[in-house]
Amino acid sequence: MKFVDEFRDAAAVRTLLDQLRGSVTRPWTIMEVCGGQTHTILRYGLDELLPREITLVHGPGCPVCVTPIEMIDLAIAIAKRPGVTLCSFGDMLRVPGSSGDLFDARAAGADVRIVYSPLDALALARRKPDREVVFFAVGFETTAPTTAMAVREAARTKVPNFSVISAHVRVPPAIEAILSSSDNHVQGFLAAGHVCTIMGIDEYLPIVAKFKVPIVVTGFEPVDLVQGVAMCVAQLEQGRAEVENQYARSVRKDGNLAARALIEQVFTFADRRWRGLDALPKGAMRLSDRFAVYDAVRRFGLAVPTAVEPPECRAGEVLRGVLKPPECPAFGTLCSPERPLGAPMVSSEGACAAYYRAGRQPSAMGETK
Amino acid sequence: MCLGVPGRIVRIVDEQGLRMGDIDFGGVTRRACLAYVAEAEVNDYVIVHAGFAISRVDPDEAARTLELIEELETQAGSEEKDR
Amino acid sequence: MSGDNKSGTSPAIFCPAPGPRGDVVVLGHGSGGRLTADLVSTTFLPALSNPILDRLADGAEFDIGASRAVFTTDSFVVNPLRFPGGDIGSLAVNGTINDLAVMGGRPLGLSAAFILEEGLPIDELRAIVHSMRDAASRAGIQIVAADTKVVERGKADGLFITTSGIGVLPEGLRLGPENVRAGDAVLASGPIGDHGIAVMSAREGLQFETTLLSDCAPLNALVATMLESGSAIRCMRDPTRGGVATILNELAKGAGAEIMIDEAAVPVRAAVRAACELLGLDPLYVACEGRLLAIVADADADRVLDAMRTHAIGSGSCRIGTVTALGRSRVLLRTAFGTTRLLEVLAGAQLPRIC
Repeated sequence: MKFVDEFRDAAAVRTLLDQLRGSVTRPWTIMEVCGGQTHTILRYGLDELLPREITLVHGPGCPVCVTPIEMIDLAIAIAKRPGVTLCSFGDMLRVPGSSGDLFDARAAGADVRIVYSPLDALALARRKPDREVVFFAVGFETTAPTTAMAVREAARTKVPNFSVISAHVRVPPAIEAILSSSDNHVQGFLAAGHVCTIMGIDEYLPIVAKFKVPIVVTGFEPVDLVQGVAMCVAQLEQGRAEVENQYARSVRKDGNLAARALIEQVFTFADRRWRGLDALPKGAMRLSDRFAVYDAVRRFGLAVPTAVEPPECRAGEVLRGVLKPPECPAFGTLCSPERPLGAPMVSSEGACAAYYRAGRQPSAMGETK
Repeated sequence: MCLGVPGRIVRIVDEQGLRMGDIDFGGVTRRACLAYVAEAEVNDYVIVHAGFAISRVDPDEAARTLELIEELETQAGSEEKDR
Repeated sequence: MSGDNKSGTSPAIFCPAPGPRGDVVVLGHGSGGRLTADLVSTTFLPALSNPILDRLADGAEFDIGASRAVFTTDSFVVNPLRFPGGDIGSLAVNGTINDLAVMGGRPLGLSAAFILEEGLPIDELRAIVHSMRDAASRAGIQIVAADTKVVERGKADGLFITTSGIGVLPEGLRLGPENVRAGDAVLASGPIGDHGIAVMSAREGLQFETTLLSDCAPLNALVATMLESGSAIRCMRDPTRGGVATILNELAKGAGAEIMIDEAAVPVRAAVRAACELLGLDPLYVACEGRLLAIVADADADRVLDAMRTHAIGSGSCRIGTVTALGRSRVLLRTAFGTTRLLEVLAGAQLPRIC
């Protein structure tokens, strides 16, 4: 596959690793923000290949992990209503809400379907005018424009039986929250290449200026990740703190202007919290007043439920990168991928699931830890 | 967070007023919305996420990234020889 | 199953949400992964346990007079009923033949029981039945018993088919993971994941176009050639639901062995790779319906591969890994970068991801 295979080339990765090894003189802690980046790191074992001085912390860049429980509860409540067809991305179906997940709701009779694109949900609404089709819109700024287009098209082509539960979230407030936290030890970030494909890179300039940490916008293939780490380490070693773009083949400085414009029209930034992270100012997106009629919450006259997250919950600390999953008392005992208690164990990109799997792997010495 | 895959535009069509493309991912073709990549034409590569092209892949930048690595390789090779 | 969320020690451990309820059947129970295994071990085995069933092989082996027979049953609930390269009918026939074949059995006959949904067009049913006739004839066997029931509209996805098959084992042949030894070679009969992706391409919501066809095919002739090659074949399995990764884990467990797979050696068609990239799936968990995995003595690996390659459906046969040790059951994957990761069984079905 073109523009994929070349960036998975083992020889290229080895060259980058050799250079990296020669350049690092001190321990550094770097966070990769995006779940897709975590996936690549785990899939290819890249963290094992990096010099020992470099610690990679898996950030909260997994919309599956950070969608607040109350939004899942809302989606389940709406799905259970007669006449409703709830459409969702596949990976959301197994995320536990307060009591069960969307799969459980389906088992109990709700019409829950997996879609690949919000446009598929809109097409379904057109095909089935007798159903209320609701799209559970999860994801970061990368996915928000896709929801925005579905909403705009529903309005433009007058599809009345379509609405959206907007659980979209924004990355920069989360990075600020992590850096502002008193127990933070992340020294550099690999920013999410596809989020930045939409939003551009300027949002990170004030963060870099305020916190003096390097931020390297990075892609998703092994070459991208190792190169992103190398660029970040170079900055750290040289005492620089800048925004750099490793993923220039997709990311432009201003991002995608058409997508950004539609996000502005269709969404309003809101102060909703993330799962495990307290109220992030402007951390979420809800539908703007102009498109309120397509907001499923308003259409069904529901209030967003308040779900209780006990203060003892450690998922938040894990998502912020300050607690290693094995340090959580429930890790591997009460909480495992088959019986997940929290989102970072549910998602295969979640930090807890990653550690769980890694803990049963052979180490570099060929022994199992 | 954002599974985006590069594919080549093989056909551009209008679907209900939206600019759409048939994208070839190397043996599998799927339709995606091209509304956000007005500059992309047939045979261009785009990154596709959730049924939408979110950017046109810049082949020059892609080549540059790989050339940089090749340069490192050559450098490392000549450093070896100099020893 | 749903566990107690609070630990006995303080502080009380209570991450955001409780685990999944264990009191109803969910779709994940049909995925072939860990949930399926749990359902079998907690609900079926305790009640039905016997030495033959407990082996959890693809079929049951037992003596009938002087002969040793294999007997298997399976059910087919595929949606959509027709997909590129086959339909529920050819799937049912080939799937059952294959369960017998990978046990080393020469299939003698099949039975097929049909649960028809009210409203199913008869033309569609006829097409499926013809497809079964063709599949059976291609494999050289007959459907010797059948049954039909009809259920109300909405109670079946058009059509469910349950089959059983009976076959005879060559004298003295005893295949099984217990035969596996350290150093044995792991072979695959061709590219993986074709079937799962072909079915997905026809499914609403994930539609994509491809010329890819399901690999649905009978393996009995291929197996016969392999057995005639005079090689030490330890055991075989067909990687259906759950894919190669799941089946290798079953073999590893049955053998008490560590299996190391070389990722670069696993054959995957370009179209399957592309579809998996697009949907965020791993081909190692995608079903095949006309492929087999065989564990054979290392010294015989080349000979078996040569024999396999004489068949059209075995033309892509290759070695994908090695049994590295006995004692600890697990499957490892060596990546193209030289790193190794654990290849585990999924809890439920693999889901397309956005993340």
